[in-house]
Amino acid sequence: METDKRSRAGDGSRPRTGVRPMHEYHRLKDKIAIVGVGNTAYGNFPDTDDYGLGAEAFRRAVEDCGLPKEHIDGLLVCRIPYYARMGEILGLAPRWTVPLPPHGRMSAMAIIEAAAALEAGLCNYAALIYANIGRSRRVNYGGEESPGVWDAWGFTSPGAAHAMMFQRHMALFGTTTRQLAEVSVAIRHHACLNPDAVMKQPITIEDHEAARPITEPLRLLDYCLINDGAVCLILTTRERAADLQKRPVLISGVGAREAYRTASISNFDLNFWYDELRDVADQAYGMAGVGPSDIDALMCYDNFSPTVLFSLEGLGFCQQGEAGGLVEGGTLKIGGALPTNTDGGHLSNSYMQGWALNVEAVRQLRGECGERQVQGAEVVQFVAATPCSRSIIYTPG
Amino acid sequence: MKDTMPTRPLPRIDAVSRGFWENARAGRLSVQRCEECGHRHFPGGPVCPRCLSSRQGWEIVSGRGTLLSWVRFHRAYWEGFRAELPYVVILVGLEEGPLLISNLVGAEPETMRIGDAVEAVFEPLTDEVTLPKFRPRE
Repeated sequence: METDKRSRAGDGSRPRTGVRPMHEYHRLKDKIAIVGVGNTAYGNFPDTDDYGLGAEAFRRAVEDCGLPKEHIDGLLVCRIPYYARMGEILGLAPRWTVPLPPHGRMSAMAIIEAAAALEAGLCNYAALIYANIGRSRRVNYGGEESPGVWDAWGFTSPGAAHAMMFQRHMALFGTTTRQLAEVSVAIRHHACLNPDAVMKQPITIEDHEAARPITEPLRLLDYCLINDGAVCLILTTRERAADLQKRPVLISGVGAREAYRTASISNFDLNFWYDELRDVADQAYGMAGVGPSDIDALMCYDNFSPTVLFSLEGLGFCQQGEAGGLVEGGTLKIGGALPTNTDGGHLSNSYMQGWALNVEAVRQLRGECGERQVQGAEVVQFVAATPCSRSIIYTPG
Repeated sequence: MKDTMPTRPLPRIDAVSRGFWENARAGRLSVQRCEECGHRHFPGGPVCPRCLSSRQGWEIVSGRGTLLSWVRFHRAYWEGFRAELPYVVILVGLEEGPLLISNLVGAEPETMRIGDAVEAVFEPLTDEVTLPKFRPRE
């Protein structure tokens, strides 16, 4: 039985890193809703820019929830050059503004910050806008554009950091590249069911194994796409959400833990962010009152395919070192035990750095996903395993 | 005279890191050590991450460590590395604690296992910069 692979790991008694805080997140449980989502097409759009894409995503999100934009009094932007110019373009006069840097780990951080601001009354309706023009502007994610401590030895790029982690995972646990391929193959399968996805050709494990190496042991099909596009989410309180046109999707659980101790080796952790993810899992599942066996679909930050394995282990879908075996045989496909990244993720849908995965979580819970709908989806989890690990558990309002 | 060879990236040598690079040029590996609490760390920073003291120096270390992981680059992110493709970068855990990114000398990583012993060797790159690298240790 595939479901047997999903038994909860650990007994919760092992020591965690750092100081254990009092988790006060519980006051946010089911208080804040995502009420509107929007995204642009995904691809190569040299004729527009961050603002043009962001405006398109915003317009679609406003239409999605039916809220007059004059009501929006909170603005959070990520990877957009100047928040005030974005506000000018959209004709907004908010009383709460947060700009975030263009890092992949920001999406759930942003959603949690906005939820806290809404709960505190700092704003009533928050629009969160993310835009990326990395494709048309030929962003490399390494070398001269991102100088680091280790450049002289030729070490650069987030992909290389994940390659070094996966090499270690193989050595410690016997994980194989064919198991890693299962991640890319399942997520590409979902992209083929998503009319908006960039990559529409099915791939096999053999295709993965034959792809050109980039930072060995990682190959091209272990890498996320680089494409242009934008995403917008509109959040408000549960009470205000009742007046809008779509069924609200509630934030039922959140978890957070940073790992800054090896930040000079960017995007790297010697233990795969395992301890931090265990913390995140305890927080998010405890707050939502669910466990891994309750998750109907997982939206897993997949900048590189190994991140999915690290996430599955850290959240407790299996023991540490066992994710390779867990994903064999199509576990992550729709119809498998744990449908993961049902929109095609970063690997095959769009490199929206976690933002589009949160939109997909909303659409799955609304039942709007057509061919890729997970039937009866009631609990959907987002997770990002990064130096700022985050998880959000969504349920229908 | 204009250098027509594509250049490799060089380290940024500043007030904090200067000691490390001066030691490396003399064939010695060093890590930053807090003079208050003894904590060792790399790369150097303006204060000790454990006790926040500003009193820190560069302590010569053994040069011995273990191979923790490796990656082989098949893509040149700098033109200066194109001629070396594919090249190997390793992660070393020093006996004294800190982690270092470096290169492997005198062996292919496939002949080694994670946890194998390595030791530092020194390769001059420019007049000012000598790179600590690592080779297998018996």
